[in-house]
Order: sequence, then structure tokens, then C-alpha cells
Amino acid sequence: MQENTDIPMIEVEDLTKYYGEYPAIENISFTVNRGEILGFLGPNAAGKTTTMRILTGFMPPTSGTARIAGYDVVDQSLEVRRHIGYLPETVPLYTEMGVIDYLDFMGRIRGMGKEWRQRRISEVIDICRLGDYRTSLIGKLSKGFRQRVGIAQAILHEPEVLIMDEPTIGIDPIQVVETRNLIKGFGGEHTVILSTHILPEVSMVCQRVIIIHEGQVVAVDRPDNLSERLRGTERLEVDIRGPSADVMTALRDLPGVQDVTRADRDDVGVYRIETTGSEDLREAISNLVLQRGWGLLRLQPIQMSLEEIFLRLTEPDSDRE
Amino acid sequence: MKNTITIAWKETRTYFASPMAYIIMAVYAALAAYYFVTSISGALPEATIRGYIIPSTFIFTLLSPIITMRLLAEEQKLGTLELLMTAPVRDFEIVMGKFLAAMASLLSILVPTVYLVIMLTWFATPDIGPILSGYLGLVLFGMATLSVGLLASSLSGNQIVAAVLAMGILLILTVLDLASTYAGGIFEVLVLQLSITTHLESFARGVIDTHDIVYYAIFTTFMLFLTVRSLESRRWR
Ligand SMILES: Nc1ncnc2c1ncn2[C@@H]1O[C@H](COP(=O)(O)OP(=O)(O)OP(=O)(O)O)[C@@H](O)[C@H]1O
Ligand SMILES: [Mg+2]
Repeated sequence: MQENTDIPMIEVEDLTKYYGEYPAIENISFTVNRGEILGFLGPNAAGKTTTMRILTGFMPPTSGTARIAGYDVVDQSLEVRRHIGYLPETVPLYTEMGVIDYLDFMGRIRGMGKEWRQRRISEVIDICRLGDYRTSLIGKLSKGFRQRVGIAQAILHEPEVLIMDEPTIGIDPIQVVETRNLIKGFGGEHTVILSTHILPEVSMVCQRVIIIHEGQVVAVDRPDNLSERLRGTERLEVDIRGPSADVMTALRDLPGVQDVTRADRDDVGVYRIETTGSEDLREAISNLVLQRGWGLLRLQPIQMSLEEIFLRLTEPDSDRE
Repeated sequence: MKNTITIAWKETRTYFASPMAYIIMAVYAALAAYYFVTSISGALPEATIRGYIIPSTFIFTLLSPIITMRLLAEEQKLGTLELLMTAPVRDFEIVMGKFLAAMASLLSILVPTVYLVIMLTWFATPDIGPILSGYLGLVLFGMATLSVGLLASSLSGNQIVAAVLAMGILLILTVLDLASTYAGGIFEVLVLQLSITTHLESFARGVIDTHDIVYYAIFTTFMLFLTVRSLESRRWR
């Protein structure tokens, strides 16, 4: 009954959590279908961890409901917990246990039988490349390897729903790629929800993204739609020594330039250039400065911070939902 | 049940892998031997183990909190409680698992003192009844002190705070029998009944009174119940 593929695996409705007077999340609603990988994107203190802790039954919401595999996270917490694998943000591990012992313990308390447990332990050790550290004490592992042990325990029992709070922090680039592939491989059959601050990560791994900011959902979309919305504007910052009025008009006249603002530092003009397209204007600008005989002191593309992306996403004109 | 045993087994292994286990064992063995030797070196020596059963109330007051302090406090500090509580394990299974592990630790510290009993049978012909009842009393008393220790450990993420809190509670429960003499009348009886040491004395004399067993059973159950509630309350915070 509950295993019907038509029903969403995660249903969140009007979820609100107050810590005292302070609302960490407010009226968050979303659903995740079976086999989908959902990215939970947001800056610090957005409420990602709070939402995940509610989904895993670690803490109750102040109001609203959440269901996993059809079970209510508050009223049927134990059933919910049977269906999930969880990687908490801080990757809590028993530091005085060995890797194998720890995985065996986690398997047991998830009710895995002996054969299944042993087979899966050797599988996840391969997957997470922990082979050389089977008997090492967890407390003596490096941070990245601890993270891998955390991932190993989360996928050990092949959970239907995998909840990962910032799974790729602290691990090296090669392992990041492997972890992302692992998560991708996990989708399809299983349902995954992961949180991150990293925008590209979301577009690489997730089919759908929820952006939350200050406890509120600001966008729910597919990553490609999202990046389309974000394209269109890129920014450059240039320091030019020269008559500021002339520089301003010359820059404005360049094709592809949308807007130029100026902030002077000593005798040098600092110009902020908003461009319209994905076209690279750096060469055009340096040529222009050379031709006019001004001094080009700095030319730097400015990346939009996550905060700015949020602002952009919530701007009234970006209504391409 | 299975979960309880899994958790108890894990804790027991961790406990015996740490030097703490052997330090506590040695401390208790030394103190018990000291009290035992003093008790049989008097003018009218008795072939009993009462000499170390009664002082054990005080020793356990200090040792039990050390056995239990890390059991739940450490889980909170490391954050592993988050994984334990989001695994399909009931809160009381967690508490029972931890408690069973604490009991195993307690039994381990009693083992070396069997040597004293052997010495006693070597040099005298002691009455075996009071020895067995004495040990039964110690186990029951230990159970009660461990349950207080576990409750304290659930209340704090800091092991030292947990230990000191448990010692404080146990000391108060221990001095209740001294305080009872000042209460007078019905209160004297009442306060005396509440004291966890009072109930050990008959065991030490060789008397097994069901009333004492029931006292320790109820006391321990109540403390473990409070521990489960304390753990549950973390979910609702
Ligand atoms: N146990 C708590 N008690 C009180 N306030 C809390 C608690 N946990 C989180 N908060 C607050 O709730 C807000 C959301 O926190 P949360 O941990 O969910 O953010 P996050 O999106 O996971 O951030 P990060 O990216 O830094 O991990 C924050 O302002 C935080 O200070
Ligand atoms: Mg977080």
C-alpha cells in the first residue's frame, strides 16, 4: 500500500519551527517523488538542518506536517526511522570504535540481519574507499575519512529515503566527485534529499532544487531553469586611471555593457560593469583602455554570492516559473 | 530487546577497552580489602564480609556515577545521540541497553572481592548465607545508584557535571538515614524508608526481606523511567 510509486516519498506541508520566539523555518511545503534527488540550497542559518532534523524525527515541528513514505514523522516516528538513512551535518561518530565495528553496530540497530549486514559492510567500504581503514579507530581518522564513514553508515541499510546534510563538505575533490556520483546512483530507485551551499553541486546532482532563505522557500525549480534565470548578468570590476567622465561614457558605449557604476578610490576610478550576456568583455575593455592611453590597474570578474542570487531570484521581474 | 542487547554489548566493549574499567576495579578491590582486614582484626573478629558491605554504600556513591557518567552525556556531546535517536530504536531500549552495560561494569568490580571470600573460607568457617545475601544486597544497591547515575548522565552533555550531579543526589539519599533521627515520629520512619542505605543493612546481616528488594526495584524502575522521559524530552525541545 505505502509502497505505491504514485505517492510522493516525502510530503512536507506548512512546516514551521520556532526556537523559542525565533522562527527557524516558516511554512515550508514541498514534495519529493520516489527516485527523485532534491537539493536543498540555502545560505547559513537558512533552516536546512532544522528541516532535515524534523524529517528524520529528531525534533518535532512547531506546526505543519511531514510524511515520509506515507508515515507521519511525529505520530509514526519509528516507521519513518525504519525508512531513512541520515547523514547529520556534524557527522557524529563514536570516536573510540573501529570502522567495521561501528558499521556493524549501525547495521544492527537498523535491524539488518547478519548476512545482509556483512555483505553491505564490505560493499560500502568499497564504495566509500575505506578499505585501508577497516580497523582504524574512528577518532584517529582524518575529517574527510570520518565524513566517508558517515556516508557509509547512511547508505548501509539501503534506505528508501536518504537524507544528507551537506554530504560533500570536508572531503577532497576526487572523493567529492565520487560522492556525487554515488548520490546520483542512489536516486532512481531511492529518494534523496541533500542540503548544500554549493550551487554547481546542485545542478550536477539534483533533479530539483529548493532554495530557502531565512526559513522561507524562495524558489523551487529544476537546476537548468534556475541557471537560465541566473544567466544574463555577469559583473566585472575594473580599476582605471583616467578622466572619469570619459571612461564612463566609453565603457557604457561598449557593446554588451548594461550598466556602469563608479566608486573612486584615491585617484583611481573603480568601475562596476554589469554585462548583459555570457559574452566575455574583458578583452574589449583592456583594448579600449590601451587605445585611449589610460591605465588599467585591475580587471576582475565578480561572482555573484548566494545571497545575491537569492535577491535576484526573488526580484519581481524574474517571474519565469 | 535485540536493540537493547546490541547497545549494551557495544557499551560494555567500550567500557572494558578503557583504562577506567580497571582503575575502578582496583580502587574498589583495595578499599574492600582495607575494610575487610580492619573488620576481622578487631578484638572479637567475626567470620563475615559485613566489614566491606556496609562501607560499600559510600564507595558506590562515588564509583557508580563514574561508571555511568559517559553513557548518555558523551552521546550528547559527540552528537551521536542524533543518529541513535533517528535509528529505529525506542528510547527505553536505549536506556535499558545503557543500564545493562552499567550493571555489567558493576558486576565486574565485585569480581575481585571474591578473593576476600575465599580467604575467609580458608582461615575460618563462615556462614555462607550472609555472604550471598550481602552480595545480593550490594548488587541491588549498586543497581539503584547506577540508575541515578544514568539519569544524571541524560541531563547533561558534560560527563563531569553528570558525575557530580549523581554523587550529590546519592549523598543526599545516603545521609537521609542520619537525618531521620532529627525528624522524629512518623517522619523518622518515612525518611528512613526513603534512604537507600537503610535497605542494605538487613542484607548485610543475612536477612533477605522482600520489602527491601521491592524498594530497590521500584527505586531503580522509577529512575530509569525518568531517564527515558528525559531522553524523550530532547525530541520535543
Ligand atoms: N537548537 C537550536 N536552538 C536555537 N536555535 C537554533 C537551534 N538550531 C538552529 N537554530 C537557529 O535556527 C536557524 C536555522 O538553523 P539551521 O541549522 O537550520 O540552518 P542551516 O540552514 O542548516 O545553516 P548552515 O548552512 O549554517 O548549516 C539559525 O538561525 C539557528 O541559529
Ligand atoms: Mg545546517
